[in-house]
Amino acid sequence: MFVPCEGGGGSASSDFKGFTLLMPAVSVGNVGQLAIDLVISTLGMTKVGYFYTDCLVPMVGNNPYATAEENSMELSINAEVYSLPSKKLVVLQIRSPFIKNKYRPFCQTLLSWVKSSKCARVILLSSSHAYQRDDEQLLGTPLRYLLTPDLEKAVGGLMQELNWKEMEKVAAYPGINDIEKVLHIPGGGITKLLFTESCSKGIQMAVLLKFCSEGDNIPDAFALVNYLNEWLQLIKSESNNSTDTSSQWKIPSSWRLLFGSGLPPALF
Amino acid sequence: MATFFGEVVVAPSRAGVDDDEEAREETPEDREIRMELEKKREIDILWTLKSGASTESSADEPFVCSKFIVAIGRNAAAFLSSYILDSVCWEVVGVVKLWNEWCRTSSTTNVLPTDSFCLFYRLISDPTVLLCQCSCYVAEDQQFQWLEKVFGCMQKEGLQVTILSTCPVADYKTQESTLTLPSPFLKALKTKEFKDQVCCPLLEQPNIVRDLPAAVLSYCQVWQIPAVLYQCYTDVIKLDTVTIEAFKPLLSSKILKSLVKDVSESTKILKKLLTTNEIHNNIYI
Repeated sequence: MFVPCEGGGGSASSDFKGFTLLMPAVSVGNVGQLAIDLVISTLGMTKVGYFYTDCLVPMVGNNPYATAEENSMELSINAEVYSLPSKKLVVLQIRSPFIKNKYRPFCQTLLSWVKSSKCARVILLSSSHAYQRDDEQLLGTPLRYLLTPDLEKAVGGLMQELNWKEMEKVAAYPGINDIEKVLHIPGGGITKLLFTESCSKGIQMAVLLKFCSEGDNIPDAFALVNYLNEWLQLIKSESNNSTDTSSQWKIPSSWRLLFGSGLPPALF
Repeated sequence: MATFFGEVVVAPSRAGVDDDEEAREETPEDREIRMELEKKREIDILWTLKSGASTESSADEPFVCSKFIVAIGRNAAAFLSSYILDSVCWEVVGVVKLWNEWCRTSSTTNVLPTDSFCLFYRLISDPTVLLCQCSCYVAEDQQFQWLEKVFGCMQKEGLQVTILSTCPVADYKTQESTLTLPSPFLKALKTKEFKDQVCCPLLEQPNIVRDLPAAVLSYCQVWQIPAVLYQCYTDVIKLDTVTIEAFKPLLSSKILKSLVKDVSESTKILKKLLTTNEIHNNIYI
């Protein structure tokens, strides 16, 4: 459930009517979550509340977006909500994996919050196993999108203009027949479940995902957030003739030491 | 992904949802097994808050609690046993019964420091002061239950929470190597509402805390309860006096200052703890 926090601007700040909800799926390489970190950090978004749930593994730490001593001591938990009213944007960041058998209840709780808070649409940032691509998917862009029918009506045309590629469906019975096709997002966590549920509930949802593998997924996060930016225009590119905004995303201070502590000098 | 031995290994994914798990619909038998397992993993809290009478998990009315001190893990629990708890000033008022793959606790209150247990004590002279020693491991799927069942019994107005726990120094992320760090050392995390002095430096980014200590602190942050967590980073896994003594700075904190017992008592108890532990660890004469 959503629990507002003080200092987020009062009750007005928990009014998300007409806002775009941006959130990650906990998926291969944690790319969605890393991309969300970049969005929150760059736009300097304010924390407006927590998503209190028994579905995620508990964790706490100090402010991952700290920029100075003064703001480094605020406690953060595993699921928090940030907002930027000027862009009608609300962001949910998820920082830990699901507890076994809890991902379905989480999806239900989340979607009912989307409905009750009257968000206009949801954009889910996700990823999928690169090794499961077929021959055609190996070529060209590794970025894909999906739109629920309700959102297709609103922005389908824009996707065509942006020359984006829709996530391909795969054969339901590979090797037997190619007629029946299904959506398959391996490594995407709850992406497929959220998407299919949104389709049936009439929620406007877009999924933006990148094919990737586990490893140093920072470049994947940058690619995904730039992809998102092509659509939402959250930041403007500095130079006129390029749409590459990579250098303008601010890396949060919590990305330090992603691969562990320093090495013991005695090793060498 | 192939290993050097030629077998194909499925790469672990952080996605958290196994593809087969997702594709397979739950059969009635699966559901029955899952419900049985969930029932087995349910935790029970037996309170004896009203003198003598034993009541099931949720007390009829929430009891007033001004200070709640929780020690999670053997060393933190032993610290409270050595410096705070005794049988004269404190009485046992609750016990947690749980089972998971790592440990099982019973409803007995007569425990050894090397046992797995989770007990609640109340200060006789001030019944609003509650203390919990939790040396058993509370699994991921049980942590939320623990929170709701414990905090559900308390009136949260005017409540202040202090959590003590330990974790391996190898988990601490720092620019230098953890091998050169002088361990054990204390780090703290506090909720927004906590305004008192903290007895040690705050835990720096990008370090995080997990498990029950994180669950308790998260609960306090969300529901605006002033709370502080003191995490001791140590390189010793078992019961160890150096680790226990690393918590000593807390004895001058506002919440524990008035509860500290006689120093000579503490030394005696620490010695006893160590010998009990050694006896249990010796399999050779």
